Amino acid sequence: MPVRPTVRFTALFSLTALAATSLAACSSGSGSDPDTVKVSFKQSTDNSIKVMDTYLGDIKKQFEKANPGKKVELVPIKAPDSEYYTKLQQMLRSPKTAPDLVYEDTFLINSDITSGYLKPLDDYLAGWKDWDQFIDTAKAAAKGEDGKTYGVPDGTDTRGLWFSKDVFAKAGLPADWQPKTWAEVLDAARAIKEKVPGVTPINVYTGKPAGEAATMQGFEMLLYGTGTGSGGSDPLYDKGSKKWITAGQGFEDSLSFVETVYKEKLGPEVSDALDPNFGTKVRGELLPQGKLGIALDGSWLPQDWLEGSGHEWPEWSKELGLAAMPTQNGQAPGRVSMSGGWTWAVPAKAGNPDLAFEFIKTMQTKANAQKWYVANSGISVREDVADDPAYVDAQPGIKFFTDLVADTHYRPAYPAYPKVSVAIQEAMEGVTTGDKSVEEAARGYDEALKEATDNQVVSK
Amino acid sequence: MTATAPEHAGPEVREVPASPPSGTRPGTVRRSLFRALPVSPAVVLLLLFLAGPIVYCVVIAFTDLQLTGQAQESFVGFDNFTRAFKDEAFLNAVWLTLVFTVLSSLIGQNTLGLALASLMQRASKPVRTLTGGIVVTAWVLPEVVAGFLLYAFFRREGTLNAILDWLHLPSQNWLFTLPILAVSFANVWRGTAFSMLVYSAALNEIPKEVTEAAEVDGASGWRRMWHITLPMIRRSIGTNLMLNTLQTLSVFGLIWVMTRGGPSGKSQTLPLFMYEQAFQNSLIGYGTAVALLLLLIGSLFSVVYLRLLRTEV
Repeated sequence: MPVRPTVRFTALFSLTALAATSLAACSSGSGSDPDTVKVSFKQSTDNSIKVMDTYLGDIKKQFEKANPGKKVELVPIKAPDSEYYTKLQQMLRSPKTAPDLVYEDTFLINSDITSGYLKPLDDYLAGWKDWDQFIDTAKAAAKGEDGKTYGVPDGTDTRGLWFSKDVFAKAGLPADWQPKTWAEVLDAARAIKEKVPGVTPINVYTGKPAGEAATMQGFEMLLYGTGTGSGGSDPLYDKGSKKWITAGQGFEDSLSFVETVYKEKLGPEVSDALDPNFGTKVRGELLPQGKLGIALDGSWLPQDWLEGSGHEWPEWSKELGLAAMPTQNGQAPGRVSMSGGWTWAVPAKAGNPDLAFEFIKTMQTKANAQKWYVANSGISVREDVADDPAYVDAQPGIKFFTDLVADTHYRPAYPAYPKVSVAIQEAMEGVTTGDKSVEEAARGYDEALKEATDNQVVSK
Repeated sequence: MTATAPEHAGPEVREVPASPPSGTRPGTVRRSLFRALPVSPAVVLLLLFLAGPIVYCVVIAFTDLQLTGQAQESFVGFDNFTRAFKDEAFLNAVWLTLVFTVLSSLIGQNTLGLALASLMQRASKPVRTLTGGIVVTAWVLPEVVAGFLLYAFFRREGTLNAILDWLHLPSQNWLFTLPILAVSFANVWRGTAFSMLVYSAALNEIPKEVTEAAEVDGASGWRRMWHITLPMIRRSIGTNLMLNTLQTLSVFGLIWVMTRGGPSGKSQTLPLFMYEQAFQNSLIGYGTAVALLLLLIGSLFSVVYLRLLRTEV
């Protein structure tokens, strides 16, 4: 059936025009402007939470006022953590797309350093007075294996036990609860299960859907309290031989704890625990509604309950109690916490590294750093802020979580760590669903660990 | 939505050739070059933006390229492929992909689409409009929206259990116990419209006389379906199966939203496995190799359908 030539001609003509314009559009590259700092950061996936946007907007104003003629362009990336990392790494690969300043999780920074994505900051730090105020552990969090520093931490976090005073009262447990051993934590959960129906006794994040939350808030809070090896040693990674440690007694005991929580139905329904959106539910529903007895969780929870968050809960500090996570059998130092945190880093392919560091300096004046810690429910990594009563009293809970820094542990965030973390989540998931015994899950971890680290493993 | 380009039915060329046609004469070559000129920008664009990335993909499938945590990538030959066939998670993903495709595309969408189309043939106009409207609505919803809807439907405190409770039936928890079944249902719910439209068009093409003649001869409904309708729409069945299967093989968003491939990988089809390897474990090389294997599975299906299309009645 013949087509009228005009139609054909029009189609061809428009196709050609389209092709020509799109080619032209591609050729205009995004050159970086020497007077503009591009700052990438992670925007909350919860539309009502604008903590970081507000803070950076304020810093932008300060910076542009102090540096006439210079501009700041904020590039928010709205994504959950794991997808944010991916997006960022893709941006860092090319000078065309690399921002001047990026917000990097300490969880991945070593991996990105190895890839050559980031610029060492030692020369800049040498001439910056405030750097002396940062505590040593925090400085180490952004150190590469080459000994150079690649990021400026903007706070850290610690973890502990949040508990509902109301649920505790009903279960006949004390309002100033402070368990000394794992057994006491489990006993409290059992008491809640027995006396307070309709309430989830304890939540321990588990399995792959929860991601790093399962590894760090869940498993490592247990493992680092098992006291395997000598003091100060890391149960996952052996610094001496630079090898990863296979599952030993402490590892299996930690898995047993997780297994007990889910087997005795002291935790959430397994299907809920393995629902990728469960974390949101814990913070937004279960805790505020008094449907959860004990939550093994992070210091940042209150930022979800602040003004304008969409689920305000100003009474949280009256209704929730805080207790440190005990070591397994109460061995010294008696309590355990894990710390992570985020850093500001400059991409290797950044167009304006100098200007980017100036922006870091503006963010990290004492006043601005303090403002950020408070807004973000973060824990100070600066001595001058930590000593400031205005910071300590700014929010309930800050003092408690800042004190935990003394006994906290950092993850061995080497390049293989993200894969090791997934292996841990898989082992946890196996004992959570009951598909695997503790023994099987531990052996499965050993296998996965070899795979993840190219056989760089050692038994202890 | 897969668009197939209409066959180009140009008018016959009426120009009087300056010399007897002989194919090898420079004039003809020049003329065909001149005629190719208008499409050349499109061809260049296709080469640049379609063929380029595909070639790049094939290349990196043979390297150990990582998104992060690696200073320099290197060629590793077929390592990624041998690794895949030793990887239990990969084999599990292949199996689940086949289950998902057969359940939701071959059996679900295809059969349901044909059933709806045949029923609508005989329905009154308002019924037809209403049914068609509802089914097509499910189809035009963005994948992620459909995913959230069905997550809300299947989850433990979801709509389905509310209905079951009301009917005093035992509640279900398929997202956890049989996730691959839940996502297959979701895909049927979402994709049936396409098959329905294809089959409606095909059934309308069948001449009324044929079916009427069969009816007069006393053939029952089933027999008419089996001996007349199906053979006559055989080509549409093939086309529909092919498009459906290829779409289903690459479903990602729907499953990601509903289960993220969990729990314990029980609904992790190949696209999700690929994403996990490439972007969560940063193994771009391995992920790409898996993508090529997925392509291979798709082409195997296609070959089977093409054979089905080719056989003449």
